[in-house]
Amino acid sequence: MSAQPPQKLAELLAAIPYARFLGMTGELAGDEITAILPFSPHLIGNTVLPALHGGVLGAFMELTALAQLSMSEPLRRQPRTIDVTIEYLRPGRALTTYALADVRKIGRRIANVHVEAWQENRASPVAALRGHFLLSPGQDGALAEPGRH
Amino acid sequence: MTIDPRTLTEAGERMAQDTPQAAALGIRLVSVEAAVAAMAVAYRDDLVGDPATGVLAGGVITTLLDHVCGLAVATAAGPVHSTATLDLRIDYMRAAEPGRDIIARAHCYKLTHTIAFVRAAAFEDAEDDPVATAQGAFVLNPAAPKAPDP
Repeated sequence: MSAQPPQKLAELLAAIPYARFLGMTGELAGDEITAILPFSPHLIGNTVLPALHGGVLGAFMELTALAQLSMSEPLRRQPRTIDVTIEYLRPGRALTTYALADVRKIGRRIANVHVEAWQENRASPVAALRGHFLLSPGQDGALAEPGRH
Repeated sequence: MTIDPRTLTEAGERMAQDTPQAAALGIRLVSVEAAVAAMAVAYRDDLVGDPATGVLAGGVITTLLDHVCGLAVATAAGPVHSTATLDLRIDYMRAAEPGRDIIARAHCYKLTHTIAFVRAAAFEDAEDDPVATAQGAFVLNPAAPKAPDP
């Protein structure tokens, strides 16, 4: 990859149709991504509050983890999500949401990543995610190819 | 507690159609009974997570699972509660097959006064061959008191 990091991040997100569906962008400070999810009415899951859909917050944090892994590691392919645990701390309001990923451990095949998402106040996160991700999935059977049949 | 099946179906269809994010994903109701619900999402190119494989984004399945878990909890808890997800754990067993609809089925298997516990699976054809499984806890909020007249 010869692209400069900010351009690489923009290209990475632009290449993921679902990231475009959400309207997700990102900024880089060194090699650290701050993921940005501007509010949009189609992200609402609760019209009464109103609040962002919990699935959208989970999806946004998962994409943040995948993008951070792709930016900081020379991967041949996009990592595969093995599992995620999403904790909902506060309703996600109709505001811009931010997320930072903390790569806690990166091994030869598996990475452990924690992500936190917040809105107006970094110290009052709206949601958190912990997940495991399979790197270089081409070498591992079950998750490597779409479908197995 | 017996709830009229038509009431459940109407509640499920409302939850699929009247939630902006569910409508944006094209989530539709498959079936609903007390404490058990199924919803589906159709494959779409703009929901792909990995352009190299054409596999749907995990986030689409996350949202489908969260949504169908919410419906299963709502039908178990009855109309006196609103619900909110406390946590959701999702295991991705394999990639979804490109081009195929994903169905998610949830069962709210335990209800306390304040918490509902729910399990769900997402699959193309059969629940015993899942793309992903989920386990969640939802908090049950008492129905909001009727707003006083101004």
